[in-house]
Amino acid sequence: MVDLAAEPVLEITGLVKTFGALRATDGVTLDLRPGEIHALIGPNGAGKSTLIHQICGTLRQDGGTIRFAGQDISRTGVAERARLGLGRTFQVSSLAPEFSALRNVMLAVQAKAGSSFRFFKPVMRDRSLLDTAMAMLERVGLAGRADIAAAELSHGERRQLEIAIALALGSKAFLLDEPMAGMGPEGSKRLTGFLDGLRHQAPILLVEHDMDAVFALADRISVLVYGRVIATGTVDEIRRDPAVRTAYLGDHA
Amino acid sequence: MILSLALEQLLNGLQLGVMLFLMAAGLTLIFGVMGLINLAHGSLYMVGAFACAVVAAATGSFWIGLAASLVCAAAAGAIVEFLVIRKLYDRDHLDQVLATFALILIFSEGARWVFGSFPLYLDIPPLLAGAVPLPGIEAYPLYRLAIIGVGALVAFGLYLLISKTRLGMRIRAGESDREMIAALGVDIRTLYTVVFALGSALAGLAGALVGALQSVQVGMGEPVLILAFVVIVIGGIGSIKGALVGALIVGLTDTLGRFLLPPLLGLVLPASTAGTVGASLAAMLIYIVMALVLAFRPRGLFPAKA
Amino acid sequence: MDMTRENIINLVLALLLLVVPLAASQMGQPFTVTLATRIAVLALAATGLNIALGLGGLVSFGHAVFFGIGGYAAGILASHVFSGEPMAFGFEGSNQMALIWIFAVIACGLAGLAIGAISLRTSGVYFIMITLAFAQMVYYFAISWPAYGGEDGLSILVRNQFPGINTMVPLSFFLLCYGVLIVCIGLFALLRNSRFGTALQAARQNEVRVASVGISPYGIRLTAFAISAMMTGLAGALYADLNKFVSPSMLSWHMSGELIVLIILGGTGRLFGPVAGAMLYVIFEFALGGITERWQFFLGLILLGVVLFARGGLIGLLAGKARHG
Repeated sequence: MVDLAAEPVLEITGLVKTFGALRATDGVTLDLRPGEIHALIGPNGAGKSTLIHQICGTLRQDGGTIRFAGQDISRTGVAERARLGLGRTFQVSSLAPEFSALRNVMLAVQAKAGSSFRFFKPVMRDRSLLDTAMAMLERVGLAGRADIAAAELSHGERRQLEIAIALALGSKAFLLDEPMAGMGPEGSKRLTGFLDGLRHQAPILLVEHDMDAVFALADRISVLVYGRVIATGTVDEIRRDPAVRTAYLGDHA
Repeated sequence: MILSLALEQLLNGLQLGVMLFLMAAGLTLIFGVMGLINLAHGSLYMVGAFACAVVAAATGSFWIGLAASLVCAAAAGAIVEFLVIRKLYDRDHLDQVLATFALILIFSEGARWVFGSFPLYLDIPPLLAGAVPLPGIEAYPLYRLAIIGVGALVAFGLYLLISKTRLGMRIRAGESDREMIAALGVDIRTLYTVVFALGSALAGLAGALVGALQSVQVGMGEPVLILAFVVIVIGGIGSIKGALVGALIVGLTDTLGRFLLPPLLGLVLPASTAGTVGASLAAMLIYIVMALVLAFRPRGLFPAKA
Repeated sequence: MDMTRENIINLVLALLLLVVPLAASQMGQPFTVTLATRIAVLALAATGLNIALGLGGLVSFGHAVFFGIGGYAAGILASHVFSGEPMAFGFEGSNQMALIWIFAVIACGLAGLAIGAISLRTSGVYFIMITLAFAQMVYYFAISWPAYGGEDGLSILVRNQFPGINTMVPLSFFLLCYGVLIVCIGLFALLRNSRFGTALQAARQNEVRVASVGISPYGIRLTAFAISAMMTGLAGALYADLNKFVSPSMLSWHMSGELIVLIILGGTGRLFGPVAGAMLYVIFEFALGGITERWQFFLGLILLGVVLFARGGLIGLLAGKARHG
C-alpha cells in the first residue's frame, strides 16, 4: 500500500500554534506520501482547521516546519504555495459566486499557465483555457452545469467544482477539508469512488468527519486531539488503538 | 519669547487634538459597534454648531446653546439612525459611503436653505473670555484651555462609560459578537440608536465648541470629518484609545508642522522658497504621517480585534 | 455580440449621446453640445473608476486625485506655452492634446502605483479612508502651492489643439471627447473579458479563492488601480480643456464622491453604467438646477433612494441582473 520509503510529498515537523494560553497545534508531525490518502480525524475543536490553515499558509505557525515537494514552505505565502502545487478545497465552499462553473475552473487554468496579466484576449474565446477547463468539469461530472453561476449550484455540485479547480491546478498534493460535509448518501458514495481514483494522480490529505468514507478510503489515519497527534497508523491499527478508542472513537462505538 | 510661542503652539495643537478626539470617538464607536462608516458625522458637527449659535443668540446664553447643541445633535442622530442608517448595517461599505454622502448633501443644502449662505457668529461666553498666564506663556486664551479640559473630561467619561457601566458592557459585547448580545436578550436596535445618538452628541459638542472659535457655516464639518478619518485610520478603526492617541498625533503634527516647517526649511533654503515649500509640506504632513503609520501598521496603531 | 437586453440599451445610450448634440448643433444650440461634452467626459472619468470599483470592488474614495492630476497636466503644460517660460530641462510645455494626454496618463499611472501600493495593503473601510486621505493630501498641496494658481486655479486661455480638428468648435471638441470615451469603453470591455479581468473580478468575489489558485490578488489589484487612475486622468485632461480652467476643486473629495455617484446611478460594474449615470447626473443638475438653487438637496434624496431601493442603478432597472459568463 503506502510506500513508507518513498520521499514524502508533504512533511510537517513539530508544528506549534498558540492562541493566548491555548495550544491549538501542539507539536504536530505528519507526512503525506505519494499515492496515499492520509486521513486526519479528531473531535470538534481538536485543531484540524487551525492545522489546515497553517498548511495552506493562511495562518503562520509559531514553530516547526512545513516542507512541500522538496522545499521548505514554512514562510511562503498562500498564492506561492498554491503555485508550487498545493491544491485545497474548503470546508465551506469558496468559489467566485458570480462566475459560471466553467469560468471558475478557467481561473485555475490560467493561474496554472501563469498568465493572468493578459489584458485583451477574451477568455471565452480562448480555446486553450476553455478546453482544459471543460475537461476538468467532465472528470468531476459537472460538464452539464458549466454555464451555471457558482452561487446557483447545489451544495454537492459546489464541492465537485472545488475538486475540478484543484484538478485544473495540476496539484502535486490535495488538501481536502471535509469534502463530504452536507452531501447526501448518494453524493458521498460517488465522491468516495472519485477520490479513490484521484490518489493515483496526487496524494490526498483528507480531513473528514464521515467515518464510513474515511475507513473506506484511507491508507493511513492520524488522530488529532487537543492539538496533538495521538496516533498514526493504518485503519486497522487505529481501530485497535486503545488511546484512540477512549479519546475519540469511544463516542462512536 | 521663541519658547513661549512654541508652548503656545503646543497647546493649540493639543486643543485641535481634543476637538478631533470628540469627532473621532463617535466615528470609531459607531464603526466598532455597528460596522458602519458614517460620512455624515461632519453634518452632525454642523448641526451642533448651528443649534448652539441659534439658541445662544435667542436666549443670550452660550450655556443654554451648548446644551441645545448636545440635544439637537443627539436627536438628529437618532432620527437619521431610525430613518436611514438602520437599513445600512447589513449593506456593504460602498452603500454606506453613498447613503451617508447623500445625507451630507441633504444636510448641507438643507442648512443653506434654512440659514442662508452667510456664516453665523457665536461669542465666547463671558466666563471663559480673556486670557490667563501660564508657566512659560504670558497669556493663553482661557476658552481654548477650557476646550482642552472638556476633551480630557469626555475622554475620562467615555472610559468610565465603556468599562464600568451596563451600557458600556453591552457596547463591548456588541463589538465582539452581535449575535451573542442579541441572544442575551439585549434590544440591539435600541442599543444601536443609543450609540449613534451618543456619537452624534459628541460631534455636536465639538461643533458648538469650535463654533465660538471660528464662524458657524455650512460645510464646516467636512474638513474636520476628513481629519477625523485620518485620526481613526492612524489609531485603528474601532478603538477609542486609538482615537485619543491618533487625535493627539494629528492635532500636534498639524499645528507644530505649520509652525516649525517654514523656519526649519529656512535653514537650508532661501527664505521665500522655504516659506512656500514649508507651507505646502505642512499642509500635507498629517497625510504623510498616516501613510508612514500604515506602511508599517496597516490596521493602525491600536488595531481592534481581527 | 449577441443582442441581450443590456447590449441594446448600451447601443441606444451610445447613439443618444451622439445624436442629441449633432442635432443640437444643427439647431444652433451650442449649450446642449457643451452639456453632452460634460456627460462624455464625466462618463470617461467614471469608466476609469469603474475598473477599480466595478470590476475590482476597490471602493476608491479618492479618484478625484487622478482627475485633478490629469486636469493640471493640461493646465500646466499649456500655461508654459502661453507664458513662454520653459518648464524644465528646456522643455517648453505643450498645447497639443495628444502630448498632454500622454503626460496625464503617465503621471496618473505613477500616482496610481504609489497611492495603490500603500492603500492596497489595507482593505474595506481602511481602503476607503486612505484613498480619501491621499486625495486630500494632493488637494491641500494644490491649494498651498502658489506656482500654478494655488487656490484660485489656473486658466487655459486657448483650448489646446488636436491635429485636424478645430477644438474651439463645440461640436468638434465633443466628437473628440466622444471618440475617446468610446475607445475607453471598448478597452473596459476587453479588460473585463480578459484573463486579467477574470482574476480581478474573482478577487472581488472571493479573495481567498484567487490566492489559493496561486494568483496574488495584490499585484492584480495594483495593476487595475493604476489602469483605472490613467483612464480617470485622461478624462481630467479633457475636463480641463472643456472648462478651459483647472482648480483644486477637481481634486476635492466632493469630486471623488460624485464619480462614485455616477457609477451607482448608472449601475456598478456595467459597461455603460458610467454613461447612464453621467447622463442622469448632468440632466438632474441642469433640470433641477433650473428650478431650484438647492438642487443638491434633491440629488441627495434621489441618491439615497437609489442606494436604499434600486441598487442596480438605471441599467439594473432596465436590463435586470448582470451576467458574468
